[in-house]
Amino acid sequence: MQLTAPKPESWLKIVPEGIYCVPGDFHIDPSSSAKRALVTHGHGDHARPGNRQVLATEGTLAIMRARFGEEAGGTLQPASYGEVIRIGDVDVTFVPAGHVLGSAQIVMDYRGSRVVVSGDYKRRPDATCRPFEPQRCDVFVTEATFGLPVFRHPPDAHEIARLLHSLRLYPDRCQVVGVYALGKCQRLLMMLRRAGYDEPVYLHGALIALCDLYTQHGIDLGPLLSATGVARDELKGRIVLAPPGATADRWARRLPDPVVGMASGWMRVRQRAKALGVELPLVISDHADWDELLQTLTDTGAPEIWVTHGREEALIHQAQAMGLTARALSLVGFEEEED
Amino acid sequence: MAPNAVLPPTAATSSMERFAELLDALIFTPSRNGKLRLMVEFFAAVGDPDRGWALAALTGELAFREAKPQQIRALAASRVDPELLGWSYDFVGDLAETVSLVWPTRPGANRVPELGEIVEGLASASRGDVGALLERWLDTLDATGRWALLKLVTGGLRVGVSARLAKVALAELGNVEPAAIEEIWHGIDPPYTALFAWLAGEGARPETGDRPSFHPLMLANPLEIEDLPKLDPRDYRAEWKWDGIRVQLVGRKGERRMYSRTGDDIGKGFPDVVEQIAEDVVLDGELLVQRDGEVAPFNDLQQRLNRKLVTPAMLRDYPAWVRLYDILSEGGEDLRALPFVERRLRLEAWYAAAVRPRFDLSPLIPFDAWNELEALREGARERSIEGLMLKRADSVYVAGRPKGPWFKWKRGALTLDTVLMYAQRGHGKRSSFYSDYTFGAWRGDELVPVGKAYSGFTDEELLRLDKWVRNNTTNRFGPVREVTPSLVLEIAFDSVSRSTRHKSGLAMRFPRVHRIRWDKPHREADTVETLEKLLT
Ligand SMILES: [Zn+2]
Ligand SMILES: [Zn+2]
Repeated sequence: MQLTAPKPESWLKIVPEGIYCVPGDFHIDPSSSAKRALVTHGHGDHARPGNRQVLATEGTLAIMRARFGEEAGGTLQPASYGEVIRIGDVDVTFVPAGHVLGSAQIVMDYRGSRVVVSGDYKRRPDATCRPFEPQRCDVFVTEATFGLPVFRHPPDAHEIARLLHSLRLYPDRCQVVGVYALGKCQRLLMMLRRAGYDEPVYLHGALIALCDLYTQHGIDLGPLLSATGVARDELKGRIVLAPPGATADRWARRLPDPVVGMASGWMRVRQRAKALGVELPLVISDHADWDELLQTLTDTGAPEIWVTHGREEALIHQAQAMGLTARALSLVGFEEEED
Repeated sequence: MAPNAVLPPTAATSSMERFAELLDALIFTPSRNGKLRLMVEFFAAVGDPDRGWALAALTGELAFREAKPQQIRALAASRVDPELLGWSYDFVGDLAETVSLVWPTRPGANRVPELGEIVEGLASASRGDVGALLERWLDTLDATGRWALLKLVTGGLRVGVSARLAKVALAELGNVEPAAIEEIWHGIDPPYTALFAWLAGEGARPETGDRPSFHPLMLANPLEIEDLPKLDPRDYRAEWKWDGIRVQLVGRKGERRMYSRTGDDIGKGFPDVVEQIAEDVVLDGELLVQRDGEVAPFNDLQQRLNRKLVTPAMLRDYPAWVRLYDILSEGGEDLRALPFVERRLRLEAWYAAAVRPRFDLSPLIPFDAWNELEALREGARERSIEGLMLKRADSVYVAGRPKGPWFKWKRGALTLDTVLMYAQRGHGKRSSFYSDYTFGAWRGDELVPVGKAYSGFTDEELLRLDKWVRNNTTNRFGPVREVTPSLVLEIAFDSVSRSTRHKSGLAMRFPRVHRIRWDKPHREADTVETLEKLLT
């Protein structure tokens, strides 16, 4: 940082809509419609409809168009990863965040002061998006969804092996796994393919559009079939993916004696999984776990950490123990359930 | 049967890791069949002696010095920031699970231990050594392994598997009858190497020698009333069916046991009876609480069940008796191949041979025609009587529930018209259905919950009930829905007794949905007072 560089809190403000950059006159992931919005990724708690101008990666814009149609925004401007875009007096760069297709950290340089807003991110490999690239910065703005040391996601391959084991154990039942429509669904499919599972996977109707979108972006998800209208017997010994809410609802009655699974970082805690009536909890998350959060704090070299949402308390405590300055932004509107 | 060549679930290679994965899967598997498959697969895939130690852990037969929660907490505090540990515990709510999750891994730690090493290590460790052992193992295991280890050492292995279910899994593994396992179970010890060899067809069935082992019970089928005319009354003997719990008493070379119908040793809770088993004998009978020759309500017996410690006051206030109805062995002579009438004579002779405190005989009921018995059954309103037993005079004593020789002829159930108040989602196959119902009876203008039922209806009725619940919901609390109190459920139950656990002060035994009264106005449902009149 240059000696003359302005303090980050003097040009990046927390306002009711979220994070506002004064010299660039834009919001990041605003919770209500803004004049100019920079969007980190397509999840509903970050990308919202109705902004007048939207700047995001091509992947994120495609997701917003698929979700919101006409409402996706007035003008939609694509940003390439690594491209420096001048907005007002600020240089903005979108850098891969490794969270879902199109997800980006937003790097802002203003008069020698650099802040990175990471959105949501993870550090482990994901075949559906580009991996997280740590950026040296003065302030690193992070989420803390899994900001407790109880959250240490096991290796992905271990969880996929458990799903495939359950499939072999119950040839007369079907495996229905609750997955979020954006990101988790496609990542789980890719993990199955990498594990050598090349049978068709059946999809709940609500998952099909985004899988098509991923395929159009060159991500080969393997053979997929709609679960709608399929004879019960045909689904025996098969894997069905559905939104989390559908697995325990009337929709699931069409399935032959389903083993109800759920792919989420929350599955790490047994009581949570039990309370949801899950029989096969798969600890698979698109968010950084505790170790990844700490690793990232170290990798960015930032002397100061701002925590947007999640279990801020523990992460701030730990950051301070690591000699960093840390504070909670307590942004509202981010759902715990989204993972 | 389980598939034969199943691959290991994951890359786990240590038997401790395999065991941890088994426990983890069992906890989440609601169905009995699923649990059996998991266990059979485990026992087939893991070798001796580790699978035997796992079996002992599942059946509650492991004995070592257990670690105290404070010890675990201190161990964790020595390795994890106390502030973070506190928040983590608040979030998770279970000590073993919290510690297993927050435990910092040490890359390149020692080799992952086998289950047998852990069991033997704990068995020979002194109090002071346990902490260091645990720490070393925690460093090598993954989160699931650490959780299983901590559950094991704190004695809190609750994974929804009864000893009986584990034995059924063994029976499936070896393609034998569960009774064949129960018969030898109390004569064999962990890690059960000879048992597994026999089940694999590589050895003879283990000898139990002079141990007071369990003799699997003979059970009765419910009598279908249409079948009665086809039976010749001269072929049968009748007894009352008592409202206690079925037990088997075994004396052998000075050792004495009381077994439950599933072969669990429950003698510790009933020293007053067990000490009266004088000789080498195996007796079949009903455990009851009796005062002054009169059988006390089932509730009184319940005071004495599932207690680790029996106080002198309990022994005085709830004296236990066994009402005998069969003898399976006497002086080492197996009597099971004799016909019922001959065993009965042997039982009477044995009983008459000495003073038998805490025992009496269940009398035979003389009769000539079925209608005589039917009248007796209808007339029997004593609380201690559940109905009648019919036993073929020539029936030999065989394990299990053979069709034909023995029948139970329960007296008619009681019924009450109630109003559905709350419904809750079921488990497993029923997780998408509101299938658990809380129902109430009137007290003035107020409905008071009097019980819960989750059976008695057909699949079609369940569909209709579920739809009704969804369309009549007034409130939601997690998985529970409150409904408009307007649907009448006719509930059948075996009896009702006083209870402090229910708001109504009453508890029904075996309530089930008898009929759904779609037609009946809810104001015409029964009152709490009506239920009180049925108290026994
Ligand atoms: Zn997200
Ligand atoms: Zn988010």
